[in-house]
Amino acid sequence: MLKDKINAVFDETACGHNQAKSLKDRKKGCTKVATPGAAAGGCAFDGAKIALQPIVDAAHLVHGPIACEGNSWDNRSALSSGSRLYRTGFTTDLNEMDVVYGGEKHLFKAIRQIRERFDPPAIFLYQTCVPAIIGDDIEAVAKAATEKFGLPVIPVNAPGFVGGKNLGNKLAGEALLDHVIGTMEPETTTPTDLNIIGEYNLSGELWQVKPLLDRLGIRVSACISGDARYREVASSHRARAAMLVCSKAMINIARKMEERYGIPWFEGSFYGISDMSASLRNIAGLLVRRGAPSDLPERTEALIASEEKEAWAAIDRFRPGLSGKRALLITGGVKSWSVVSALMEAGLVVVGTSVKKSTKEDKERIAELMGEDAHMIDTMTPREMYRMLKEAEADILMAGGRSQFVALKAKVPFLDVNQERRFAFAGYKGMVTLVSEIHRTITNPIFRSLREPAPWDPGCRVTPLV
Amino acid sequence: MKTQTDAHQENRNLPGDFVSVNPLKMSAPLGGALFFLGLDRSLPVFHGSQGCTSFALVLLGRHFKESIPLQTTAMSEVTTILGGGENIQAAILKILEKGTPDVIGLCSTGLTETKGEDIVGEIALFRKKHPEHAGIPVVAVSTPDFRGSHEDGFRDAMVRTIEELGEPSLAIVPNQVNVLAGSHLTVADLDHLREILESFGLDPIFLPDLSRSLDGIVPETFEPVSMGGTTLPEIQRMGASAQTIVLGESLRAAGEALLKKCGVPFVVVDRLMGMIAFDRFLVTLRHLSGKDYPARLKRERNRLSDAMLDAHFYVGGLRIAAGLEPDALHDMVHFLEENGAEVVVAVTTTDSPLNAHMGRERAEIGDLGLLERRAGERGARLLVTHSHGRQGAQRLGVPLFRTGFPIFDRLGAPHRLQIGYRGAMETLFRFANMVWSRDPENGPETWYPEEGRHEAETHSGNPDMEFVPVRFEGVSALNPATGRNP
Ligand code: SF4
Repeated sequence: MLKDKINAVFDETACGHNQAKSLKDRKKGCTKVATPGAAAGGCAFDGAKIALQPIVDAAHLVHGPIACEGNSWDNRSALSSGSRLYRTGFTTDLNEMDVVYGGEKHLFKAIRQIRERFDPPAIFLYQTCVPAIIGDDIEAVAKAATEKFGLPVIPVNAPGFVGGKNLGNKLAGEALLDHVIGTMEPETTTPTDLNIIGEYNLSGELWQVKPLLDRLGIRVSACISGDARYREVASSHRARAAMLVCSKAMINIARKMEERYGIPWFEGSFYGISDMSASLRNIAGLLVRRGAPSDLPERTEALIASEEKEAWAAIDRFRPGLSGKRALLITGGVKSWSVVSALMEAGLVVVGTSVKKSTKEDKERIAELMGEDAHMIDTMTPREMYRMLKEAEADILMAGGRSQFVALKAKVPFLDVNQERRFAFAGYKGMVTLVSEIHRTITNPIFRSLREPAPWDPGCRVTPLV
Repeated sequence: MKTQTDAHQENRNLPGDFVSVNPLKMSAPLGGALFFLGLDRSLPVFHGSQGCTSFALVLLGRHFKESIPLQTTAMSEVTTILGGGENIQAAILKILEKGTPDVIGLCSTGLTETKGEDIVGEIALFRKKHPEHAGIPVVAVSTPDFRGSHEDGFRDAMVRTIEELGEPSLAIVPNQVNVLAGSHLTVADLDHLREILESFGLDPIFLPDLSRSLDGIVPETFEPVSMGGTTLPEIQRMGASAQTIVLGESLRAAGEALLKKCGVPFVVVDRLMGMIAFDRFLVTLRHLSGKDYPARLKRERNRLSDAMLDAHFYVGGLRIAAGLEPDALHDMVHFLEENGAEVVVAVTTTDSPLNAHMGRERAEIGDLGLLERRAGERGARLLVTHSHGRQGAQRLGVPLFRTGFPIFDRLGAPHRLQIGYRGAMETLFRFANMVWSRDPENGPETWYPEEGRHEAETHSGNPDMEFVPVRFEGVSALNPATGRNP
């Protein structure tokens, strides 16, 4: 059954990447399979948890030995405006006896204890490798528990060994489609109800966008799943339109919700000023087609104009410090041409950018912006990254947290733009933050001190005090 | 409760608990990886699916603020069912293609152990198939995720390393001592110990030596192996040492392994924090070396005496809830109680003979959920555990003293000195300052809230969420019966 699911999500018809592939390649799927003896990316369980944990009032129970949850809980920066239950680490912590006799009973009792002690509106139940191998049927347990306790228990069948994070994202989406979306009715509906799909509210980025939607009178009926409440997601099928954020991770949700409930959607990004504006325009356009007030586009344009003006003015202030500085962008999410263009506007020279997840149009636009010799990077080994930085081919590295120490060991400024970042970079305010953060790190005098030779090194130019 | 009997039958750690709420422990393979990271030019590899490696890598990175060399055999569902031998071989060959680590440390995981795979046997097979790589030390350790905690994995990796790489020696180097260093010791602790051993004229070999690998060195080249740590020749020379000093009860088995393989006698030092423990350690060193006490230590002991006097105003009577791995917990609890604090809750991760001797308490095996519950019941005023205690501390409204692994939301954890006279002094100051900086400011409503309320309106409260006053007298309001374990 899980196999069918996996094949089905790989066969995603709405995915632009996929349509360009041959039938055979498509079968192979879009997740990179890890190779023995290589560094590892996150597993499918990791991806599923990333996608669903931002449903903040639910309990998230991980069925497995201590490795899966014990080594990873509370390590993501998805924020909540209310309930903190999502940050509690729940796991069955399977022991040897469970492995021998099966963990289903143990799991069932764990569900009961969570209900008794925490009384959540729903429990998400995550499968992991060990129980999958011994044949624990979490779907059956979830069904029995749902019936027994009258509480939705949602099986998320994405054990780590089926693939990487991206596949896990998609399987999480399938779990929502199969067990959650459409199971409740919203208390109210309005003609401007919008779903935002694939936004996890990392460091609060949703809140860099939502106030603007509020100002336009657009109601976010559900964000899937940043700062979400279970009820919102369960009743999200009544929305008028949807925006799909962040690569193709949750494209299956957007497409199937269109099929099932007729909710039109578009794909957009909140990163970069022009992308943000385009997204607002698209949202307004789609909603008007679905019955929102006809002056919405006009009001949207007015808002865009004032926000853009303010943002560009703010970015302009950093120009003197940044002009001519060279940035290298090796990132997963925050990397579209729109970010590149904003950085260039701030005076930075982008010497290279990763394009692993970019679409063809994205690449064309980057080439247009950066010129013919645009350095587009598919993958880069830490060693190569280190070499580039060491040889001073860049003044700052913007990358995911894992590359941080590569940059710092090369004594080069670094800005974290992935998962566990401290700062929020979405929308207009976020772009200004991004530029100001670059400025803050690039102008820090420590980098000059660090490159000075030590008193005992050849080349030391320090003279004694007299 | 009915579930309690069920639980005993199922041999659960926590009677009646089927769900671990906010885990305290980390997995055994992670402990194994930590051990191998303390060997020079070594590369730990998890035999399992990619996700386990990724989580361990991220967690170690967040604690040490270093990039961590750690790789995977990338098992899938199919290879797990068919057996992982081929993936192990492929992984080793791939690693050797890219470079030659001095040691490859292979840790199994829950996934590969579920099918009962024999990881040590797989390496023997590899050796047979690839005689050209006979010289590459590969140490395979069985570390199933469903057994034990990271302290156990660390020990098991050490035992296996000694078994594989230790070499018996006919000659004994008189002043050479082996130091088996527990996973709870910081970089600063190890540096301090080395200096002290040397000042007694001893020549120590530390196994492992995280003070040379995960101490924040800025290297000149970038290589995907650990840089620094115990070298392979050092491990091979351990058999010629006159004595082994085992730092931590959890490592007793490693001392025994070294005795068995190389005939080196060992002594287990179960505590290093605080005056009483360190006095005994120094007496032991003097006995082993026959050298007199270094003058510097006499001075440090004097300073500690003074610090204890200064700190006791703040630490005395402080009710503390502590959750750590057994070795670290044992040391911390005794240190705190010797300084007048009351450790009212002690929660730990795994079986240990020490668990019955945690000061006035017996340690319970459990999670942070249990620690939080007990701390609330017993009116603890301060929590001592790793960074994951932050949510519970906030809910309880008490400050969190961060120690152990992982500490991911503060800088400098590896450079904190906790052992010896100096470490005790610094730790006492931290505790005292934590309490002092949270001295409650009394107002008219403090003792008679009803009567005081009117005046209190003009009295500014404490709007700062970070500010958690530590009150000592609050305990009397609690039911004294719940203040202690029977
Ligand atoms: S790979 Fe499997 S066992 Fe490892 S963390 Fe992921 S789900 Fe858990």
